[in-house]
Amino acid sequence: MIWLDSLQEFGQITLKAIARMGRGNLFFLSVLRALPSLRGGTDLLAQQIYSVGVLSLQIIMVSGLSVGMVLGLQGYNMLVDFGAEQSLGQATALSLVRELGPVLTALLFAGRAGSALTAEIGLMKVTEQLSAMEMMAVDPIKRVIVPRFVAALISLPMLAAIFSAIGVLGGFFVGAGLLGVDSGAFWSQMQSKVSFGEDVLNGFIKSVVFGVVAAWIAVFEGYDAVPTTEGVSRATTRTVVETAFAVLGLDFILTAVMF
Amino acid sequence: MNGNADDSLVKVRGLSFRRNERVILENVDLDIPRGKITAIMGPSGTGKTTLLRLIGGQLPPLQGSIEIDGLNVPALKLPALYELRKRMGMLFQTGALFSDLTVFENVAFPLRVHTRLPENLIRDLVLMKLQAVGLRGARRLMPAELSGGMARRVALARAIALDPMMIMYDEPFTGQDPITVGIIMKLIQQLNTTLGLTSIIVSHDVLEVSAIADYIYVIADGRVMEHGTPTALGRSQSAWMQQFLQGLPDGPAPFHYPASDYATELLEADDA
Ligand SMILES: Nc1ncnc2c1ncn2[C@@H]1O[C@H](COP(=O)(O)OP(=O)(O)OP(=O)(O)O)[C@@H](O)[C@H]1O
Ligand SMILES: [Mg+2]
Repeated sequence: MIWLDSLQEFGQITLKAIARMGRGNLFFLSVLRALPSLRGGTDLLAQQIYSVGVLSLQIIMVSGLSVGMVLGLQGYNMLVDFGAEQSLGQATALSLVRELGPVLTALLFAGRAGSALTAEIGLMKVTEQLSAMEMMAVDPIKRVIVPRFVAALISLPMLAAIFSAIGVLGGFFVGAGLLGVDSGAFWSQMQSKVSFGEDVLNGFIKSVVFGVVAAWIAVFEGYDAVPTTEGVSRATTRTVVETAFAVLGLDFILTAVMF
Repeated sequence: MNGNADDSLVKVRGLSFRRNERVILENVDLDIPRGKITAIMGPSGTGKTTLLRLIGGQLPPLQGSIEIDGLNVPALKLPALYELRKRMGMLFQTGALFSDLTVFENVAFPLRVHTRLPENLIRDLVLMKLQAVGLRGARRLMPAELSGGMARRVALARAIALDPMMIMYDEPFTGQDPITVGIIMKLIQQLNTTLGLTSIIVSHDVLEVSAIADYIYVIADGRVMEHGTPTALGRSQSAWMQQFLQGLPDGPAPFHYPASDYATELLEADDA
């Protein structure tokens, strides 16, 4: 009865996944309920924004620059066939602001900061630091989870904005600097064809949504990790994979609704 | 000593706890007398740590009551439970120091969170607690730079930072060299008398515990097997008790985890 066994296994996996989603949602609610506790701990938040956001700057800036430069090259090669290379500014900016900025930043963020958050929280659980906190009458959700969650949530949209801005500069260097696109045309095309309310704002909304999802997954996976070294390493991997799937899926839905 | 309502700080009655249908504790009764050192002993995996977590309100019991200073722990709402925990210290099996804070900040942590004392007072208090465990000189070190024994002493200083009424030690001696064990034993005794604490020690180190405990509960298979003063237990007639106290490998408590017949199983392996 091999098929019966695999059916049973399938059922078990499904049940486990549903139970985990349930725990994830309950956890999200308790984090939301604990949000007001943040008022007392702005220094904790600042510390976390530093380790989650500022320390991710390097990879975000380097990636933004390289993606922008590649966009400049590819965009030029495509546009020049139609004699439309003056629109390079618009093409680069739109792809970055609408899509690549928020999505790539979220993916890089999951790998750089999300995984680190999960590992850190998971290790605090393994070494009983979270239990010790509870026994000292300190709620780990308020003390450990909320500052990290909010820091990730604030950092991601800002990092996405930086990614897009540097990307545009990269496109400009390649387009205007190397390939001879008129620099006045590059900026004026961008200015007239990229709308703030439509493109920039929607891109920003995307990055906020990705920020919530990436932050939630990272802190939940750490908090829910099986408290062993192996459990933490698996939770770290899950953070990256789940964030990637969630971001790509949500991006499709959001794009369909927005543009 | 056992049973008088007024002189016990912790009263456990009919306590049962399960994990996924597996019985960990079944109908356990305990009395922890005020101001004394009470030991909870038993083989590995019998639920001693679980019992401490139940007393601390970190796990909900299946049945029974746990009263601390007149408050029924499982029935407390979170704010009341947190108020109670400020008066309890717990020393975890691993020390559980916050790895991102220095020794000083670890000990200062409960003071900073729960009091509004000025910085110079916090400094004095922390130095006093560190002096009590002999580690005032190590206050700038990070937890990763401490030996296991030092980490436990720092954790002890942190546990007494708020001057609790009771303190629970989970396996304070395990994995320590004889000198460190001696230091920790002396500290537990000293703190108990000078601070008037009530101490609960979970351990399976028979000799150490017999030396400092006023009263001992022995738990095995989820039940209280025996309880009494160290001398009374030493004279126990039960074969199991003697096996446990003398550390004999086999006896009423079997060496082997329950398994099918050895020879049969070896033959089965050949077929597979
Ligand atoms: N989170 C958990 N999930 C499932 N089972 C657990 C969990 N924690 C402990 N157990 C089980 O509960 C039993 C009691 O565990 P506990 O840690 O209380 O034992 P212990 O008496 O403290 O042992 P030791 O002396 O080794 O510390 C063990 O058999 C363990 O397998
Ligand atoms: Mg234990």
